[in-house]
Amino acid sequence: MRRLPQPRGLRVRLVLAFVLVAVLGATAAAWAAAASAGAAIVVEAERRTIENLVHQIGMTTADLSYPPTQDTLDALRTSMGEDIQVTYQGLRSGNLPLITDELRAAAHDRLVHQRVVGPDGPKLLIGTPIVITGLDLRRAPSGIEVYAVRDLSAFERQVDGLFATAALTSAVALPVAVLLALVAASGVLRPVSRVRDTARALTAGDMSARIPTRGGDELAELSETINRMADALQESMAEQRRFVADVSHELRTPLSALTAVVEVLAASVDDRLPTARESAELAVAETQRLVALVEDLMEVSRFDAGTAHLRVEPVEVTHAIRDCLRARGWLEQVQVDMPEQAPALLDRRRLDVVLANLVGNALRHGDPPVQVRLRADDDLVEIEVTDHGPGLSPEVLAHAFDRFYKADAARPRSPGSGLGLAISLANARLHGGDLLAGNAEGGGARFVLRLPGNHGEQA
Amino acid sequence: MAVILLIEDDPQVCRALQLALARYEHTVSTAGTGEDGMREFRSATPDLVVLDVMLPGMDGFEVCRRIRAQGAVPIIMLTARGDDFDVVAGLAAGADDYVVKPVQPAVLDARIRAVMRRGSVRSDEVRTHGDLTIDAVGAMVSKRGQPVALTPIELRTLLTLSGSPGRVFTRQQLLEQVWEHDYLGDSRLVDNCVQRLRAKIEDVPAEPEYVQTVRGFGYRFGPV
Repeated sequence: MRRLPQPRGLRVRLVLAFVLVAVLGATAAAWAAAASAGAAIVVEAERRTIENLVHQIGMTTADLSYPPTQDTLDALRTSMGEDIQVTYQGLRSGNLPLITDELRAAAHDRLVHQRVVGPDGPKLLIGTPIVITGLDLRRAPSGIEVYAVRDLSAFERQVDGLFATAALTSAVALPVAVLLALVAASGVLRPVSRVRDTARALTAGDMSARIPTRGGDELAELSETINRMADALQESMAEQRRFVADVSHELRTPLSALTAVVEVLAASVDDRLPTARESAELAVAETQRLVALVEDLMEVSRFDAGTAHLRVEPVEVTHAIRDCLRARGWLEQVQVDMPEQAPALLDRRRLDVVLANLVGNALRHGDPPVQVRLRADDDLVEIEVTDHGPGLSPEVLAHAFDRFYKADAARPRSPGSGLGLAISLANARLHGGDLLAGNAEGGGARFVLRLPGNHGEQA
Repeated sequence: MAVILLIEDDPQVCRALQLALARYEHTVSTAGTGEDGMREFRSATPDLVVLDVMLPGMDGFEVCRRIRAQGAVPIIMLTARGDDFDVVAGLAAGADDYVVKPVQPAVLDARIRAVMRRGSVRSDEVRTHGDLTIDAVGAMVSKRGQPVALTPIELRTLLTLSGSPGRVFTRQQLLEQVWEHDYLGDSRLVDNCVQRLRAKIEDVPAEPEYVQTVRGFGYRFGPV
């Protein structure tokens, strides 16, 4: 069995439900009103018709000769208008085929009436005995019976008019209901869409997003609850970030002391003790690594806390690239392809951090030759770092910028902190630029750093 | 080689730096608070002060201002990386250079030697520019006959600039020549030093006559 297609939007559903309820309600009310009014009209019409007939009979039978002859009956009938039949035992004047035998039998001793719908509209059938007062003052049926058929179609039309009005009322209710439903739906949906927008902003990382609340209805309560949830979430995230920042900060003081003395230690070790020599050198190297890790952690927590600031100054990017490579002894290992000049407004230190990280990764994880290509115009500085290694698998690509993501757990730890690419990306974004990871056509890993060259200022 | 006053509140860091700097043949006296540091400064008359920013009581900036008010002893601030506020405030208080903790002793030693070196830059004459007399050999500067007290870094900045009057030096070039920093040196050091220099040698520091700014490039001496 096929199910009816469910209307999708909340708005459509609300409007449909609202319209259905409103129209059903209006129809039911109008119909009930019309029906009861119609019934009252019919009852009243019947009562009055019967009353009229009885009155007429009373008027015409006062000087009735008894027992009646055929002439008497005829005179009686004509005096009472059309559609009348008067009977007395075997005699009858007028012909009314609508009158049934049951009605005749019942009309022998009392007034009866019956409503029938004939081929030409509703009729009221009335039958009544004429009662006479005998010489002994007792009232008894005279044996004369009067039957009448009265047309009710005028009242029927009146009732039909009532129902037509009811139907019209229901029909008029429809557009009004639609209109009201739309208004009510948007009244409900506006706060809902505000909730949706805020939830989206929160998901996207804007922890300060809140729902503007008004009034005190259930939706306002929901918004209020979601806002409180966001408060709690923001607070707990801030707490975690503070914790990381505090930890890094606290580590820095002992590291300062350690950094200062491991060199003294290494320099004073007797060369005749090779294990001591090696231990001291290890201590120096690991202390430096720890320092680098703590620095990176602090850098990350500054990005998280939003306290990382850009210090933009005029930079000759070609020099910056060459200086970066030269300072790390990479000039010989890297192929550089760049224009004569590429002046730009950038944060030199941050550019250096990103470059060193990208080139360092390419040299460590990829195969030579590592290429650095610079393209620059007034608006955009684009630096591409490509190696000729196996490239990055889709899985690695998906996590390349994650913190502490290790491409291969089985591989020995790289000398980096595991935060390099995350920091590089944050640095690119702080510039209003971006860092993209992918693979070169030849198969090696390829990173593209894009930075706005003039940083919103006149070049 | 030099008599250094180290003002640092953490006793372990203080002792470690003292040990490390001793390896570079510096004589290091130490103080744990700003107040002790000022007392020690007056009694020990050091050649140079290495000053931690975070100090209990009187903070590093205040100590820096007070020392600066008493003379031209070079000051190196110890700061935390990225705490830009520290750097800016430290330089404004009169520090000649700063290092980021944790600092490698070799780096600190190089910085110490750089900020203390009064010696000149390829000139061996006494030159006069307007009211200003610059004696490169004697490392003396006087204005209208009155000696001007410059820290060694300020003196070398002036010597470098005035050595080639009219030539524009970029901040980068000054950082490498005067401070002996690598290519990532902080250009704010130069700007700050120039400001202090102007306050000492210019008639109206806001309208400099000797050390002029070349917008977008750097600084230039004169034309006077």
